[in-house]
Amino acid sequence: MDSFTLLAHGFAVAFQPFNLLYALIGVTLGTAVGVLPGIGPALTVALLLPVTYKLDPAGSLIMFAGIYYGGMYGGSTTSILLNTPGESASIVTALEGNKMARAGRGGPALATAAIGSFVAGLIATMALALIAPTIVKFALSFGEAEYFALMMLAFMTVSAAFGDSTLRGLTALFIGLALGLIGADGLSGQVRLGFGIPDLTDGVEITTLAVALFAIGETLSVAASKSTGEGKIEPVKGSVWMNREDWSRSWKPWLRGTFIGFPIGAMPAGGAEIGTFLSYSVEKQLSKKPEEFGHGAIEGVAGPEAANNASAAGTLVPLLTLGLPTSATAAIMLAGFQQFGLQPGPLLFATNPQLVWGLIASLLVANFMLLVLNLPLVGLWVRLLSIPRHWLYAGILVFATLGTIGANPSTFELGMLLLFGLLGYFLRLFGYPIAPVVVGLILGPMAEIHFRRALQISQGDFTVFVGSPISVILLLLAVCAVVVPLILRARGKGKVLAALAANED
Amino acid sequence: MTQETPSSEARRPDRAALAIAAGIAVVAAIIAYSTATAVGGSATRIGPAVFPYTIAGGLFILAIWTAFEAMRGDFPKREEQQIQPVVWIVGGLIAQMVLLHITGFAIATGLLFAATARGFGKGPLWMTIPVGIVLSFVIWVIFAKGLQLSLPAGPLERLI
Repeated sequence: MDSFTLLAHGFAVAFQPFNLLYALIGVTLGTAVGVLPGIGPALTVALLLPVTYKLDPAGSLIMFAGIYYGGMYGGSTTSILLNTPGESASIVTALEGNKMARAGRGGPALATAAIGSFVAGLIATMALALIAPTIVKFALSFGEAEYFALMMLAFMTVSAAFGDSTLRGLTALFIGLALGLIGADGLSGQVRLGFGIPDLTDGVEITTLAVALFAIGETLSVAASKSTGEGKIEPVKGSVWMNREDWSRSWKPWLRGTFIGFPIGAMPAGGAEIGTFLSYSVEKQLSKKPEEFGHGAIEGVAGPEAANNASAAGTLVPLLTLGLPTSATAAIMLAGFQQFGLQPGPLLFATNPQLVWGLIASLLVANFMLLVLNLPLVGLWVRLLSIPRHWLYAGILVFATLGTIGANPSTFELGMLLLFGLLGYFLRLFGYPIAPVVVGLILGPMAEIHFRRALQISQGDFTVFVGSPISVILLLLAVCAVVVPLILRARGKGKVLAALAANED
Repeated sequence: MTQETPSSEARRPDRAALAIAAGIAVVAAIIAYSTATAVGGSATRIGPAVFPYTIAGGLFILAIWTAFEAMRGDFPKREEQQIQPVVWIVGGLIAQMVLLHITGFAIATGLLFAATARGFGKGPLWMTIPVGIVLSFVIWVIFAKGLQLSLPAGPLERLI
């Protein structure tokens, strides 16, 4: 069957009334949370994971995907009107978007961001549907050694390749890997680093770690900061509709942004931020009015916003086809699959096609919902920006602990939450990235199982890891991901990489 | 693991970063020790001990690297931190953790809510604590009754 037949079956799942409802809840929550400064899509999905234990798997996964897309849309509103990006992928949008809002062109800026996100989401999700079966076919030939090599590549790109320091990226990754060791070993069942505490036998809960690092760590870090960080909200003046010139200056950046963002998201390179920076500099080069950049050029909003959403869809390619999360949000979504006993990867396409294709179809549905939610209703979301910080963060902590208590109402789990929250605070204080910790915790045990199985099959022969061209190439790329940035930084080109930092989501 | 040290002058040994390096080395040692003293395990050469040793080794190298950067003062400049808000919020989390099974979800979480608001400078507590308890009670009703989440009940929750 080709992609379109499968996708048509997917729509049959997506259009079931309950799944439409879940998608609607997801995009609404995602937009709301994306608008709130300080919480990104990773945290929202982590907060909602425990709440959905009792829901059906397809529905809650559809909801998570809606949250992910919604968070991407909502973030742009905050960047444009408040100049404090709601999530890291919207930093670039703030550059031009906030200038436009100050010049009284907030409406068209919001419109080009929303329509650009829609166009990109639509094209990128279709691309996901088209390319997934091919990758799945390719991935079916992967053995244990290839999967291990793939995970090494993901480790290195997520931790070392981008950001301002190889050392701190790798340290964050190894903290995650060390936490992943805790509990019963996946192959032998032996409890490692249990320290005689029965609660540690099951290992560190991904949701507990993610909620603690993102919610509690962020709250502590904002509270401890001396700067108040209260930005000025620019009111949306005039119409949100774009005029003829806005359209003619927007449509090319949307398409270019999409084609830049999607491959970057799809490669195991992590983070939607990289694509947004690239798109911004491309638009600046190609613009007929480069002098407007820095003073509110509409191309500088249209391109990066499209790239942002396209790479969000791109991240789903390795997640769904290979089971490989390349961003913190994707790592938590993987935890969401595992919570229902599902393992994303080539086999899931064979064993549970309704779920996978239903999910992909729902993304297209969610995209339409988001366009409606974000254009006419933008005034509603803007009001969320005026919630005072003390109530906002008090509420975030209530919900953060609610999720943990709901999953496991034990004093011990809350203690872990507090401990990891403090860890998250210190990581932020000293400039360590957060995403590699989460990715390390979830991918570490998986990489170990592939490593040991590969050696069991080869009867202890280590050459199995360089036994196929695919794994050799993947391992070489992983080495490059560490070495090339080190050389660039040593030559004083580190600023470029720091600008491409893949940090929060 | 770390301590609050005001950021030192550039290019001088960064004491907080040195403390981090020491902390990482200690974690590496704990992993190695715990793995070495673990009983059982499979007889195969690539057993459950290989990854812990590898990760402990990696952490140890990172500790040395961190110490090296700390000596050169390579760590980014840190913003000056206020301690008081952190104490309020951590205090709120501890209060919730301790009281959860004694007073139930609403009261324990209400205290967390008020303490966090206080950390952000919003008081007075006689106003924020009742607000927090009412809010948490509403959340308890929605999630424990509506979504069947097992949130601990206390005297307040047993009223309904």
